[in-house]
Amino acid sequence: MKYAILIYDENTVNPDPNPDPAVWGQVMAEYNAFTKAIGDAGVNLGGEALQPNATATTVTVRDGQTLTTDGPFAETKEGLGGFYILDCKDLDEALAWAAKCPGSWYGKVEVRPVVTFDEYDSADIEHKAVGTA
Amino acid sequence: MTLAQPEVTPELVDRLFREESGRAVATLIRQTGDFDIAEDAVQDAFLTAVERWPRDGLPDNPGAWITTTARNRAIDRLRRHQRLSEKASLLRREALAEAESSGDVEAIVVEREEAAHPIVDDRLRLIFTCCHPALDMDERVALTLRSLGGLQTPEIARAFLVPEPTLAQRLVRAKRKIRDAGIPYRVPPDHLLPERLDGVLRVLYLVFNEGYDASSGAELVRTDLSAEAIRLTRVLASLMPDEPEVLGLLALMLLTDARREARSSDGEVVLLEDQDRSLWDRREIEQGRECLDRAWRTRRPGAYALQAAIALAHDTAASYELTDWQRIVALYATLSLVEPSPVVELNRAAAEAAVHGPAPALVRMDSVADALDGYPYLHASRADMLRRLGRTAEARVAYERALELSGNASERRFLEGRIDELAGTASH
Repeated sequence: MKYAILIYDENTVNPDPNPDPAVWGQVMAEYNAFTKAIGDAGVNLGGEALQPNATATTVTVRDGQTLTTDGPFAETKEGLGGFYILDCKDLDEALAWAAKCPGSWYGKVEVRPVVTFDEYDSADIEHKAVGTA
Repeated sequence: MTLAQPEVTPELVDRLFREESGRAVATLIRQTGDFDIAEDAVQDAFLTAVERWPRDGLPDNPGAWITTTARNRAIDRLRRHQRLSEKASLLRREALAEAESSGDVEAIVVEREEAAHPIVDDRLRLIFTCCHPALDMDERVALTLRSLGGLQTPEIARAFLVPEPTLAQRLVRAKRKIRDAGIPYRVPPDHLLPERLDGVLRVLYLVFNEGYDASSGAELVRTDLSAEAIRLTRVLASLMPDEPEVLGLLALMLLTDARREARSSDGEVVLLEDQDRSLWDRREIEQGRECLDRAWRTRRPGAYALQAAIALAHDTAASYELTDWQRIVALYATLSLVEPSPVVELNRAAAEAAVHGPAPALVRMDSVADALDGYPYLHASRADMLRRLGRTAEARVAYERALELSGNASERRFLEGRIDELAGTASH
C-alpha cells in the first residue's frame, strides 16, 4: 500500500528569520539520514519539502470565476512543511517509518493511505477528462 | 453425537454460540479479509443452529460446526457478490462455481489456508486488530465486543448507553479504517508486542469496569459486560499463557468480581467495610489466586498483577479490621512506582488511613485533589476523612461535590444518606 507521510510543524507557519546554522545543519542531516534509510529499505516513492505558509496562494474556482487569495486556506498553528510517499506492507510499517521521520520529533506527522483507483475507475476518469476538454 | 446429552435449550445454544462465535469470526475474517462477510456468515450459522440443534441434537464439536457452516455461508455470499459485480462473466462464473462446489474445492482452499497459518490462533490476530491504536478507543471497545464477544449491535449500544445508530456508526467507521488504512490482521512482532498488548488489556479492563462500576444506568445489562470481559481475558490468557500482565489482569478481574454480590444490597452500595464477606465468591477468589501466582512466578509482575495482589489481600481478610493493611500500603507504594497516577495515590491514601488514621491520608488526597477534581471518589474519600476528623462542614461540601459528579443512582442514595447523617450530627 502507498502511504503519505505528511509533516506538520510550527516553523512552516512562523519560520525563524535567523535560523541557527548549527541547528539547521543537524535537522538537515537527520532528514538526509531518514531519506537514505527509506531509500535503502526500498519504500521511498518520493517526497518534497515545501516553502513556508507565507509563500502559499489559494485558488478557488466558482461559477467559472477564479478567486486567488494569499496564504493557505486554513489558519492553523502547524503547517504542512513537506511529505514523503512510502510503499509499505501495512499501516504498522508506515507508522514505524513515521516515528523515524524527524518531522515526528519536531512537530507532528500524519500518516494517510493513498487512494489507488482500479483500472476501470481510472479509465473512467480519463474518459471524463477527455470529454471535458 | 453422544448418548447422554443435555437438553438443547435456546439458552444453551445461545451460550455455546457466545463462547464459540469469536473463533469462527476470527477465522473467517482471515479467510475472506472482510469483517462484514465474516460476521454475517457466523450470524447465519447461529440461526441455522437455533433451528437444527434442538431438533437434531448437539454436534460433537459445536465450534467446528459453527466455523464450517459459517464458512459455507461466506462462500455463498462471496459468490453472490462476484456475480453482482461482474455481470459480464456471469454465466462462466456460475458454471465455475458449480464445478467448484461439486469438487469441494473450498475444502481444499481452506486446508491450504490452515497449513499456511499453523500456530497462531485467529482470535489472537483479531483482538490485536480490533484494539489497534490507530482506532478510536470507543471503536476498539465496540469492535472487540462485536467481533470477538459475539455481542449484537443493540446489546452493545444498550450496555454503553449510546443510541444504536451511534454504535453502528462506530463499527462501520472502525471496519472502514481497518480496510482503507491497511491495519494489519496479525499478532504484532516482538518489538511492538509490549505496547500493543498493553492496549489490548486496556480495552478489556475498560469493558470490565464499565460492567462493574455501572457508572450510570441499568445494572443487569452491565453485569454482562464484566462477564464478557472476563471471558475474553481468559481466552487471551489461554492464547498467551506466559504474559504476566494478561494473567495479572485476569486475576484482578476475578478477585474484584468475586465481591460483586456483596457490593450492593437492595440496590444500595455497600462499602467494603460493611460487606457480608460470606457472599464473596470463594471459587472466583481461588481462580484469581491461581492466576496471580502464575503471574508472580514470571518474576515480572506489572501494574495489573500488583492491583490483583491488593484485591487478594482484601479477599482473604477475615474482616475489614483484620485486613493486612500494612501489606496493602506496601503494594500501593510499589504500584505508584511502576505506574504512577493520581488514582493510585488516592487509593494509596485510603489504605494509609486504615494504618495511620485520617489526617496523613487527607494530606495525600489533597495532593491529587486538583488532578482528580472531576472524579466523584476523590470527593467521597476526602469527605470521609473530614467526617472522621470532625470537620463536618467541609465534609458536607465534599459529599455534595461527589453527589454532583456521580451518575450512579445507588451511589447517589449512599451519598445522600451520608449528608443526612452529617446534618443529624450537626443538630445534636
